[in-house]
Amino acid sequence: MTNFITGLLRLRRGAWEALASVLIAVGVLMLMQPFTIALYSYSFIVILAGTVMFLIVSHFPE
Amino acid sequence: MTTSPIQKVAQSTPDGVAKKIRGLSDRTIAWIFVAPTIFLLLAVNIFPLIWTIRLSFTNFRVNRPNKDVEWVGLRNYERILNDPDIWETMQATAHFLLWTITLQVLIGFLLAFLINKKFRGNDLWTTIIVFPMMLSPAVVGNFWTFLYQPQIGLFNYVIAFFTGVDPASFSMIGDVHLAPWAIIIADTWMWTPFVMLICLAGLRSIPDSIYEAAECDRASKWRQFWTITIPMALPFLMLAVLFRGIENFKMFDLVVQLTGGGPGNTTTLTSIDLKREAFEKWRTGYSSAYAVILFVTVFGLASIYVKALNKVKER
Repeated sequence: MTNFITGLLRLRRGAWEALASVLIAVGVLMLMQPFTIALYSYSFIVILAGTVMFLIVSHFPE
Repeated sequence: MTTSPIQKVAQSTPDGVAKKIRGLSDRTIAWIFVAPTIFLLLAVNIFPLIWTIRLSFTNFRVNRPNKDVEWVGLRNYERILNDPDIWETMQATAHFLLWTITLQVLIGFLLAFLINKKFRGNDLWTTIIVFPMMLSPAVVGNFWTFLYQPQIGLFNYVIAFFTGVDPASFSMIGDVHLAPWAIIIADTWMWTPFVMLICLAGLRSIPDSIYEAAECDRASKWRQFWTITIPMALPFLMLAVLFRGIENFKMFDLVVQLTGGGPGNTTTLTSIDLKREAFEKWRTGYSSAYAVILFVTVFGLASIYVKALNKVKER
C-alpha cells in the first residue's frame, strides 16, 4: 500500500495505471449493473476519466 | 556485359526525375512510401471517429439534410445516460457477454485439451469441431431458428427426451426468459471452435520436457495441469477472451437473424439498439453519442486487458 502511494506521488506508471484500470473496471460495472439507474448515469464519466487517465499515464516513467 | 533489371530501369528513368530522386534523403523516401497508408488510415478510421464525436453534440438527422443543425452540447449524452430502456439493453449485453465468454472458454479449453491428446482420427475430429466457425452467421441464425421451432425443432425434442416435458410446451425464441439463452447457445455453438483453436495453439507450444521433468519429480497429473498447463496456456486463454469479448460486444447479425431483438427487448443488444436509433429512427446525433459511449467503453476495457496480457507474457 505504501509503495502504491509512493508511486502515485512520484508519478510512476505502475501505480497510476492501476488506478486508471480500477476506474475503468468500476465504470463498466456501473454501466452494466441491474440495481440502480443513478450508478448507470454516472458510469460513462467514470469510464471516460479512467480511459483518458490510462492514455496519459502510460507515458509516465516506470 | 549484361545489365540487371534495376540498371535497365535506372537507365530508362528521365534525367530530371533521376536528379530529383537522388536529392531525397532516406527519411523522405521512407515517408513517401508510408504516406499513402497513413492517409488511408486517417480517411477510413480517424476521420469518421472525429466526425462521429462532432455529430454527437448536435441534433443532426441524416434523413433531413436540409434542416438546420443545432449544437445541443451534452444533451444527447444526458438523455442516453438517463434512459431506462438503454440501461436494460446494457444489462442484456452484459448477460450475453458474461455467459458466452464463460461457456466458450470452458468448453473451448476442454475440447483443446482432449484434441491435444494423440488418438486415432484426431485430425478428422478437429475438422468436424471447427466446422460451425466456417459458416456464415446468417446461415447459423436460420439453422438454429429451425432447431428451436416448438413443433418441428430438434432442440425441443432433445430437451423433451432428457427432461420429459412436452416439446411443444416451450419456445426458445418466443419466451422472455428463454430467448437470451437461445442466443447464448447459438453463439457458443458457433464460436467455441475459435476459442478451441487458440487454446490448442497454446497447449501445443508447451514443451514436453517440462512434463517429463514434472514426472521425474513425481508430480500428479492434477498438479501438472494446475502448475504447468494452465499458467503456460494463460496468455492464449486471455487472448481468446479479448477477441470474443470485443466481437460479442458488437454482436449483431446472428441475434437479428434468430430473435430480431425480441421478444420485447429481451435480446436487444447495444449494437441492435444503436442500429435502430441510427437507421430506423434516423436520430443521427443521438446515435453518434451512443456510439461514442460504446467506443470509449470497449477502448477502456481493451486497454486494461492488453496491459494484463503483456504482464502475463512477461512472466
